[in-house]
Amino acid sequence: MTELIAYGVVLGSIIALGAIGLTLLYGVLRFAHFAHGDLMTLGAYVVLLLNADLLPALGIPELKLGPLSFGGRMLGALVVSMAVTALVALLIDRILYHPLRARRSSPVILAMASLGMAFILRSLIYIIWGPQFLFYSQELRPAWELPLAVRLKPDQLLILVMVLCLVLLLYWFLQRTKLGKAMRATADNPQLAWVCGIDTGRVTAWTWVLGAALAAAAGVLYGIDAQLRPDMGWSFLLPLFAAVILGGIGSPLGALVGGIILGVVQQVSTAFLLPTYKPAVAFLVLILLLFVRPRGLFGGT
Amino acid sequence: MDVSGLLSYAVSLAIMGGIYAVFTLGLNVQWGYTGLFNIGIAGFFAVGAYTSALMTTPMPEGVYATYVQQLVGLDLPFPLGLVGAMVVSGILGLIIGIPTLRLRDDYLAIATIGIAESIRLIFNNESWLANGPRGLTGLPQPLRSWVEPQHYNYLYLIVVLVSVAVVYWAIERGVRSPWGRVLRAVREDEVAAAMHGKNVFAFKLQALVLGAAIMGLGGALYAHYVRAISPDAFTPLFGTFLIWVMLMLGGSGNNKGAILGAFLVWGIWTGSTFVTDQTLPPAWAARAPYVRFLLIGLILEAIILLRPRGLLGEERRVSTLLEE
Amino acid sequence: MALLDVRCVSSGYGEMTILRDISLRVDPGEVVTLIGPNGAGKSTLLKTIFGLLRPTGGQILFEDTDITGLNPPALVRRGMSYVPQVDNVFPSLTVQENLEMGAFVRHDSFVERLEEIYAFFPALGLKRKQRVGGLSGGERQMVAMGRALMLDPRLLLLDEPSAGLSPRLVRIVFEKMAEINQTGVALLIVEQNAREALRLSHRGYVMASGEVRLEGEGSQLVQDEEVRRLYLGGRR
Repeated sequence: MTELIAYGVVLGSIIALGAIGLTLLYGVLRFAHFAHGDLMTLGAYVVLLLNADLLPALGIPELKLGPLSFGGRMLGALVVSMAVTALVALLIDRILYHPLRARRSSPVILAMASLGMAFILRSLIYIIWGPQFLFYSQELRPAWELPLAVRLKPDQLLILVMVLCLVLLLYWFLQRTKLGKAMRATADNPQLAWVCGIDTGRVTAWTWVLGAALAAAAGVLYGIDAQLRPDMGWSFLLPLFAAVILGGIGSPLGALVGGIILGVVQQVSTAFLLPTYKPAVAFLVLILLLFVRPRGLFGGT
Repeated sequence: MDVSGLLSYAVSLAIMGGIYAVFTLGLNVQWGYTGLFNIGIAGFFAVGAYTSALMTTPMPEGVYATYVQQLVGLDLPFPLGLVGAMVVSGILGLIIGIPTLRLRDDYLAIATIGIAESIRLIFNNESWLANGPRGLTGLPQPLRSWVEPQHYNYLYLIVVLVSVAVVYWAIERGVRSPWGRVLRAVREDEVAAAMHGKNVFAFKLQALVLGAAIMGLGGALYAHYVRAISPDAFTPLFGTFLIWVMLMLGGSGNNKGAILGAFLVWGIWTGSTFVTDQTLPPAWAARAPYVRFLLIGLILEAIILLRPRGLLGEERRVSTLLEE
Repeated sequence: MALLDVRCVSSGYGEMTILRDISLRVDPGEVVTLIGPNGAGKSTLLKTIFGLLRPTGGQILFEDTDITGLNPPALVRRGMSYVPQVDNVFPSLTVQENLEMGAFVRHDSFVERLEEIYAFFPALGLKRKQRVGGLSGGERQMVAMGRALMLDPRLLLLDEPSAGLSPRLVRIVFEKMAEINQTGVALLIVEQNAREALRLSHRGYVMASGEVRLEGEGSQLVQDEEVRRLYLGGRR
């Protein structure tokens, strides 16, 4: 059981990364971004392109990092992928959501547009890479024996470390920088932010950058741990939304906690259910939430 | 292709267009008239198809029992299969609606995705229910004995078109009734409707359930046309997304638009096979379906950006009382 | 030279016209109050001046520059500031962070200004790190005003600053506004609490149905029979 919980925390931290981005978009832009899972997929595949094709073609060797299944080159590819995914998200916003916002379209229309975007992104990935499962690395790395009968692979420990670092970075950004505070202010009250003179265009752009970058990172980390397939992000959609709602829409801390809880619940459920049912378990959590406490843990909206 | 080949192709196109028209009409009740954001149509689709299948096939016996498992096999006639599909689908709508309709629009959306996904997973993994991934085959077709096999589709086309007509007529009646006007009022301004004493929740639930029942009918019609169903026929693309594009293209809030959109988009979807066959290099043949998915997605975005009211737009005439 | 010059401005929401040909002016360092019944368009006028609504006709000049139709961030940079009636703070941010948001357009350090604002509102100085959502109504109003003062505006627009406050707090708010005015900031105030507001003001305008009905000095309007009957409760 502790093993399930331990892996659940790893999975949950990946969900949390995606959920934090999703909740930021919800809070600042006030719509349900259904293409968020597919941004995760995009991030994962961009790293594949870089690490498996582009960088080796440029003659850049992999820098092995001890017991991990990947190395420095992969981490570099991750950073680049986060930037690329952020750019793609900004582009999509400019072409699609920005005109809709200017027209004062309802949040449902925005959500529908994001649904269309989800299919478009997924189709592109199917077209370019095909439907088969792909892997960053075929090497098998043995798990480490840790206290409390926990067995985790070094990759998985790194995932935890990376998520922690990214979360701390985000915390610093939101709490200590002017733009981060402006983001929180805009999420609280967009019109007042406007009245204060806050540049809501810049705030929007940075929200997309952060949300997309975190999603890309989540996708890559999942790819490291499991595999890449074109619908990997879509299958995260239910856990992502469940985590966001569990934590309270708009609360990054809530999304972090919600993500971890969801990961643990999903993993523990494999003790009695088939693993393929994990999205359904997330859904069950969601329905229960809607009955019991729709505002979530830290919610206010 | 010779004339009879072309004709039978056109008939099968029309049958699928008609089946999708039924789905689109159901969605129109939910979204076009009531503003409910249901992105789990595939769930109602699947439930309708499977219910009808289980009701109209017999329990497998003898040799077959080793290959096929199913929960029930009632071997009832086709019309009862349709009715059963509508009822069970409607009940599913009730189950989803009760916890979610009092909450925000996007909660309904997420819940419907969840339901559709969960249903697919259940049918796929619980083989005792409906034979799991292998699905059910040999579904009966109504009045099969009346015509020769090669002409059967013409008969089925009539069945489908009659269904579309009945659903269309029923919705048109409903929409012009006082009930329909309240629905529209709820979509436009919930708060105002509530202040007028209307039980907004009850109306939304009714619209959701009615739309669900119609989608269940569509599912049943589909099942008996293709004669074999399995969980991977009810994907988010075929079962949900395509129908949304159909309604948005035709014009949400307009039943004629719903039907038009269904035939048009189905035509584009199947027609694009010719385009991809001609233009894509052979190595890409396996990716062709995804190119067509991409096309459909781009069409939706184009509609949302450039012509959100769709081709026909919302119906102007709202009530027979306003005729004068 | 008038600080703010509103010339024949019309404005509204969509098809509905609320303001018709309104003209008014605020001179540097003045306190001007707008009073009138609900629905007279007073708040709409403030929103139109501050760029939250587009006027359909007329012109607005600030320090002799045409600012008609400029948006809030542009106006904030030019020395104007606005305190809305409701939702005028960021509840999940701290007092300090709320004030910082007021200075968003500044790129240098504004630590001195922060201290000045805290000196102005000592109660806030003690609660810098507290979430504004947990503060009382009066304290929130202080935060709202402090935020609007961060950039040292020459004109401050206030929409019903005393709304929903107890009589004691109302007095404090009006005292604060007088103090703010003494530092040279002009105030354009919309108020339901007409008596107090007019007492504080150099001049006032009485609005009804989207038009200016009466204009005069604050002390004059307070004594005007008509005004007293309609807006000041009719008592002496």
